[in-house]
Amino acid sequence: MKVLTVNFLTCAVKTCKTSPEAFPLHFRDAELAQQDLEFNPEFIKNMLLRLDWNAFRVTTSELGFSTIPAEKPEGDALNDETLLRDLHKVLLETQVMEGKLVCGHCAHEYAIKEGIANFLLPNHLV
Amino acid sequence: MSRPEDSLPPDLFYNDLESRKYTTSSRIRNIQASMTNRALELLDLKHPSFILDVGCGSGLSGEILSGVPPEEGGPHEWVGMDISASMLDVALQRDVEGDLFLADIGQGVPFRPGSFDAAISISAIQWLCNAESSDVSPEGRLTRFFGGLYASLRRGGRAVCQFYPKNDAQRMMISAAAVRAGFGAGILEDDPGTKSAKLYLVLTVGGGELESQGGDITGVVKGLNGVDIVDARRKAENARRKEERKGSKAWIMKKKDQLEKKGKIVKPSSKYTGRRRGPKF
Ligand SMILES: C[S@@+](CC[C@H](N)C(=O)[O-])C[C@H]1O[C@@H](n2cnc3c(N)ncnc32)[C@H](O)[C@@H]1O
Ligand SMILES: [Zn+2]
Repeated sequence: MKVLTVNFLTCAVKTCKTSPEAFPLHFRDAELAQQDLEFNPEFIKNMLLRLDWNAFRVTTSELGFSTIPAEKPEGDALNDETLLRDLHKVLLETQVMEGKLVCGHCAHEYAIKEGIANFLLPNHLV
Repeated sequence: MSRPEDSLPPDLFYNDLESRKYTTSSRIRNIQASMTNRALELLDLKHPSFILDVGCGSGLSGEILSGVPPEEGGPHEWVGMDISASMLDVALQRDVEGDLFLADIGQGVPFRPGSFDAAISISAIQWLCNAESSDVSPEGRLTRFFGGLYASLRRGGRAVCQFYPKNDAQRMMISAAAVRAGFGAGILEDDPGTKSAKLYLVLTVGGGELESQGGDITGVVKGLNGVDIVDARRKAENARRKEERKGSKAWIMKKKDQLEKKGKIVKPSSKYTGRRRGPKF
């Protein structure tokens, strides 16, 4: 699972839909892999607007990245290629291959295997 | 011909063997690719976008999204949801670029509001009509799916779902569920009446460019070749009779004129005057 995706993912349990503690989901025992992808600055700019920066900082600190700026870049900063490349690396090229995502509200654990998260739930929870 | 949907649940039907057979068949690959390209054409994306592929399977649809060149507004990034672990396993072996989830779309779409620019679904959502058990119904699952999909798309976003309804009742059940979720919706049919007829449910989330094109599905496909819009054909047939029919634009304009002359306040006329709002199937 890519770091980008986690920034949009919510807990699938019905009672968590409106709970602020349910987002972002938290990584546990994450094993990372790095994959080189072609740089797509337009995509990063498109996504920055809707990226939840606080959640991004939570996620990246859980994964051990320490150099994420405190504030979301905007304005002229969006033309800074080094910054866009760094974001591209973290958001799209970094993947969690094994581990769990845990909900801060209901404590449900979503297993991640070979990069694929299992979001199947018993019907009574959705 | 028997439908796979009537034989087994999707996660059991698409087992290891069937998933491999499905993905390696050059006939299927060609059909899925051409339908995905058609869906992309209908989405009309201008920039590299974040797309949800609903029932992504082994990635035959998604890989087309990754392959859109910059001249054509790509490449796009996609997230895929599928209920079949075997299909996803084939996707892994094929090294597709999308981010994959083992998930049941009938349980909802677990992404925060406004996440995606667009969504596609190729040959998947008819499966939602086959779910009968003590605790779930097709209607309930369709409602959860379309409700979740609607919320997960940004305003102005679109979804295109190619699907194979078993009959008219299924077609209606699916499109009605989409409308209930809040989507502007229309159905487009390619090669109608032939063996290779294809249905596309085109869905819009309020406030996008669609509105400026007249707010209905016919606007989306205007100017595209080989399009046969169920909606528009009916319109053309009725066009002659429409002129002075009660409720028609001409009729409303006349009434407005009469009322205004009597000194009544009438709403200014626009290009929307006399148009039917909402979807027609
Ligand atoms: C005909 S395949 C299409 C796969 C891919 N979109 C393509 O074009 O090749 C249909 C897919 O829908 C998936 N599917 C069916 N019901 C589903 C559900 N409730 N949730 C998620 N995926 C589902 C199946 O597992 C299968 O992979
Ligand atoms: Zn939860």
